[in-house]
Amino acid sequence: MHAPRGDAMDETTWRQRAVEGLFHGRITDRVAKSRVRIGMAIAVFILVYGVIATRLVMFALIPDPQVVRRGTAQDRVSTARPDIIDRNGEILATDVRTPSLFAEPRRIIDVDEAVELLTAAVPELDANELRERLSSRRGFVWLKREISPAQQREIHRLGLPGVGFLTENKRIYPNGPVVSHVTGHVNIDNQGMAGIERWLDGRGLADLHTAGFATDRLQKPVELSVDLRVQYALREELTAAREKYKAIAAAGLVTNVRTGEVIAMVSEPDYDPNDPRQALDKSRINRLTTGVFEMGSTFKALTVAMALDSGKMTLASTFDARQPLHYGKFEINDYHAQKRVLTLPEVFTYSSNIGVARMALTLGVDHHKAFLKKMGQLDRMRSELPESTDPLVPKHWGEINTVTIAYGHGLSVAPLQAVMGIGALVNGGKLIPPTFLKRSEMEAVLLAKPVVKPETSEKMRYLLRLNVEKGTGSRADVTGYYVGAKTGTSEKVVNGHYSKTKLLTNFTAVMPADNPRYLVLIMLDEPQPLAETKGYATSGWNAAPVTASVIARIAPMLGMTPRFDLPPAERLILVKSAQ
Amino acid sequence: MVSRVERTPFTTWWWTVDKLTLAAIGALMLGGIVLLLAASPPVAGRLGLDPFHFVNRHALYLIPAMLVLLGTSFLSPRQIRRVALMIFLASLIFIVLTLFIGAEVKGARRWIAVLGVHVQPSEFLKPAFVILIAWLFGETARRPEMPANFAALALLILVMTLLMLQPDFGQTMLIALVWGVLFFLAGMRLVWAIGLTGIASIGLAIAYFTVPHVARRIRRFIDPSSGDTFQIDTAVESFMRGSWFGRGPGEGTVKRILPDSHADFVFAVAAEEFGIALCLVLVALFAFIVVRTLARAMRNEDPFSRFAASGLAILFGMQSVINMAVNLHLIPAKGMTLPFISYGGSSLLSLAYGMGMLLALTRERPRAELLASRRDFVAAGISS
Repeated sequence: MHAPRGDAMDETTWRQRAVEGLFHGRITDRVAKSRVRIGMAIAVFILVYGVIATRLVMFALIPDPQVVRRGTAQDRVSTARPDIIDRNGEILATDVRTPSLFAEPRRIIDVDEAVELLTAAVPELDANELRERLSSRRGFVWLKREISPAQQREIHRLGLPGVGFLTENKRIYPNGPVVSHVTGHVNIDNQGMAGIERWLDGRGLADLHTAGFATDRLQKPVELSVDLRVQYALREELTAAREKYKAIAAAGLVTNVRTGEVIAMVSEPDYDPNDPRQALDKSRINRLTTGVFEMGSTFKALTVAMALDSGKMTLASTFDARQPLHYGKFEINDYHAQKRVLTLPEVFTYSSNIGVARMALTLGVDHHKAFLKKMGQLDRMRSELPESTDPLVPKHWGEINTVTIAYGHGLSVAPLQAVMGIGALVNGGKLIPPTFLKRSEMEAVLLAKPVVKPETSEKMRYLLRLNVEKGTGSRADVTGYYVGAKTGTSEKVVNGHYSKTKLLTNFTAVMPADNPRYLVLIMLDEPQPLAETKGYATSGWNAAPVTASVIARIAPMLGMTPRFDLPPAERLILVKSAQ
Repeated sequence: MVSRVERTPFTTWWWTVDKLTLAAIGALMLGGIVLLLAASPPVAGRLGLDPFHFVNRHALYLIPAMLVLLGTSFLSPRQIRRVALMIFLASLIFIVLTLFIGAEVKGARRWIAVLGVHVQPSEFLKPAFVILIAWLFGETARRPEMPANFAALALLILVMTLLMLQPDFGQTMLIALVWGVLFFLAGMRLVWAIGLTGIASIGLAIAYFTVPHVARRIRRFIDPSSGDTFQIDTAVESFMRGSWFGRGPGEGTVKRILPDSHADFVFAVAAEEFGIALCLVLVALFAFIVVRTLARAMRNEDPFSRFAASGLAILFGMQSVINMAVNLHLIPAKGMTLPFISYGGSSLLSLAYGMGMLLALTRERPRAELLASRRDFVAAGISS
C-alpha cells in the first residue's frame, strides 16, 4: 500500500490516461472538483432537511381533526334548552341529560376484546354489528345513544381506549301530544323545528348555542299562557266529539279576551312531539293558526258590530228579509228563513244572511273593507308560533264580495285571527294580539288598540247572550256561566263549488256574557249528521253542545264563580249599558 | 481539565476530535432511550414481553455502542481501513451464511445467531463498505494504474446481489445511493453520474415490475386509495394530534396501533407525545451532524479521509432523511430505521462503529502527519 511510487508519472501508460479521461475528464483539478461537489451535497442535505422541517411545521399548524370533531360533538351537549312550563308551572318540555356511548375505531387496539367486554356490559348491543362498527376506519361512531348511568360506570371501569361517553340533552315532552301544537318539537340535535321551540331558537337561543353559551341548565324557563288542565280537558272533549260526529278534525281554542292570552289550543289530530316524525303528516297540521277557513255565520258578529259601531244603525233598525236577496246571478237565502222584516237582534239570532248582507251593503264596500282591516282580518296574524298563513282575501272586492263576506263566505282567515276579532267585540272594543306567553292585563292594555266603541261592545255582549237565550246557540247554555255565543257553519269548497254535505262548523262562546273573560272556539271539520241531531250537521247541533261540555269542565278550573238565577240579557246587559 | 502540555493518546484525541458532533451524537443516543421509553412498551406488550424489554435491551447495547464509538474514534485512517476490510469480509461471510441458516422473519433472511445473539450482518456491512469504496475512489487519484473504479463497481454489484437475495430492498437502495454519491463526490465526469442515475432508474423500474410489494408501496403513495395506507395514515394523524408540544409522555395512542412504533415509526410516536417542537430538534441534530461533518470533510486534504467521512455522513444522513420522510408521508413507505433513535442492537452497534470512524476521520490532524502519509503520491501530480 505504501510502496514508493515516485515514478508513477513516468509509468503512466496511454491506457491509464484513457481510463483517467474516461472517468474524470482530461484536465481537471480533482481536489477542487470534489470540494465543490461536497459543497453541493451539503446544499442538497440542507434543502432536504428544510423540506422535512417545513412539513413538520405544516402539520403543527393544521388543526387536529380530532379536536375539530370533538368541538362538534360538544355542540350536541351544549344545546341545552330552557324548560317550557305552563301558566301554573307545570313542565311542558324539559331536557334530560343522558350519557351516550361512542367509539373512535381508529384508536381501538383490540376489537375482539372491546366487543366482548362491551356486549357483557350492555347486553342490548349486537355483537356482530358492534364488531363491524369497531373494525371500520372511521374516526367516530355512536355505539348506543342514551345508556344508563350504571352501564356508563361499568364501561368506564373497563378502561377501553377509544371508547367514550358524551352527555347529550334529550328533549322530553312529559305530556305527549297534549300540548304538541303549542310547544312544537325539536330535531335530534335539539334545534327547534316548530311551535314555541322554534320561536325560542329564533329569539337568539340558536345564536347562544353557536357561541356555546347555552350550556347550563339554569336558563330561565319559558312561561306559557297555556293552562295544562284546561288544555287537557279541551283535548279530551274534542277527541270525544271528533269520534262522536265522525269528523275529519276537531279544533278548539280558549282565550282570555282581556289579555289576549291563549289558555288552551288543541287541533286534533295532533302528534306526539317525542316522536316528531308524526308531525310530517299533513292531516296533523295546526288548523287554528296554519289553516285558513271561511268562518261562516260567526263573521256576522263582525258585520253587526260594524253596523252598530257606524252609528247609522241601532238595535231597533229593521231589515227586509221577506224575499231572497238577488245579486247578479246570485240568490242569497236564509237558512232559518222567517220571510218577514227582522229587527237587528232578530237578524243576529236567526242568523239571517239577507239581513247582514243588507247591513253591509248599506255601509258600502270601502267601509266594510276598512272595518275588517281594522279588525285585523285582512292581514297575516302573527303570534309566537312561527306557523302562520295569510288570509285569503278576494283580489277584486266588489259588492258581491261584501255581501258574502258579511255572512262569512268568500274570506278565509285563521281561526285564531277570527277569535282575536270577536274578542275585541266583547272586551270593550280593544283589539289585543293573541299570545302564547303569560301576559298580565296591564301589559295587554299597552298593546290594545281601540277598534269599536265600548257601547258597541256592550251591545254585542247582549246580542251574543240573546242568541243563547233565544237563538241558534241555545244548546251551549251552561247554567251559571251566562254564556253568550254565535254559531257558524260554512260549506266547504269541493271542486270549486260549495258542497251541501261537507260542512265546517264552528261555535264561538264568551263567558260570562255580561262581562266576558274567556272566549271558547270549537271547530269541527265535516261532522256527520246523527239521529240524535235529527239529521242536522250544522254548528248548533254539534259544535254548540261540545262547547257546552267544554265550558262545564273548564269554567271551574278557570276560577269562574257560577252565578244562578241571573235575569235575561235584556235586563242584565241592556239596562246596565243604558245607565 | 485535559492539559495540552502532556501528549498522551487521550489528550491528542481530546484536542482534535470534533466535540460538537460528539455531543450531538450523545444527545441522539439519550433521545433514543427516552423515545423508546414512550414507544416500545406497547410493542413489547403485544409480543408478550416485559413492557421495558426493548428499553432495557437498548440501554444494554448502549454501553458497548459507546465503547465502540469512542474506541473507533481513536483509530488512524490506516487502522480504519484495516478494520473496515476485516469487518467487511466478516459481514460478507455472515450475509452469505444468513441466506442458508438465517432465521426467516417476515419473508426475508436477514438475521443470524452469533454466539446466541441475533445480529443483522448487513448493518455492519454498510459502514465498512463505505470505507472501502472511499479508499478505492481515493486511490484512483493516487494510483491511476490501479483499476479502482472497476473494483468499486464490482464490490457494489457483489453487495447488491447478496442483499437482494435476502431480500433487503431498503439496504440495497441505500448502499447503491451512497455508492453513487461517493462516485459523484470523487469527481467523476457528469456523464457518468447521469448514466448511473439512468441505471439506478432502470433498476428501480425492474424492482417495480418484479417485486410486488415495491410496486404496491409506490402505487399506494401516488394514489392512497389503492390500498391499505393504515400505517402512514396513522403516522400522519399522530403528527397532527401532537401539534407543537405533544400530548405528554404516555398520552400517545398511535404507538398502540402502529406495529413498528419502536422502529420505523418512532418519529411519529415522538411527535404525538413530545410534540413537533421535539421533532424539529431531532431534525436539527441530524442536519447538524451531517452538514458539519461534510463541511469538515470538504476542508480535509487527504482524499481518503475526505471521501470516507463524506460517505459515512451521507449514509447516516440518508438513513435519517428516508425514515423521517416516510413518517411524514413525503416519500413511499420504506422500512428504514432512524439512526440512534429506533430500537435495534445491530443497528446501534453498527452506527456507533460508523460514527466512531466519522469522528476519527474528521479529527484535526497535524499537517505534517498528513504530508508524511501523502509523501509517496505527491509525485503523482496531485497537489492541494
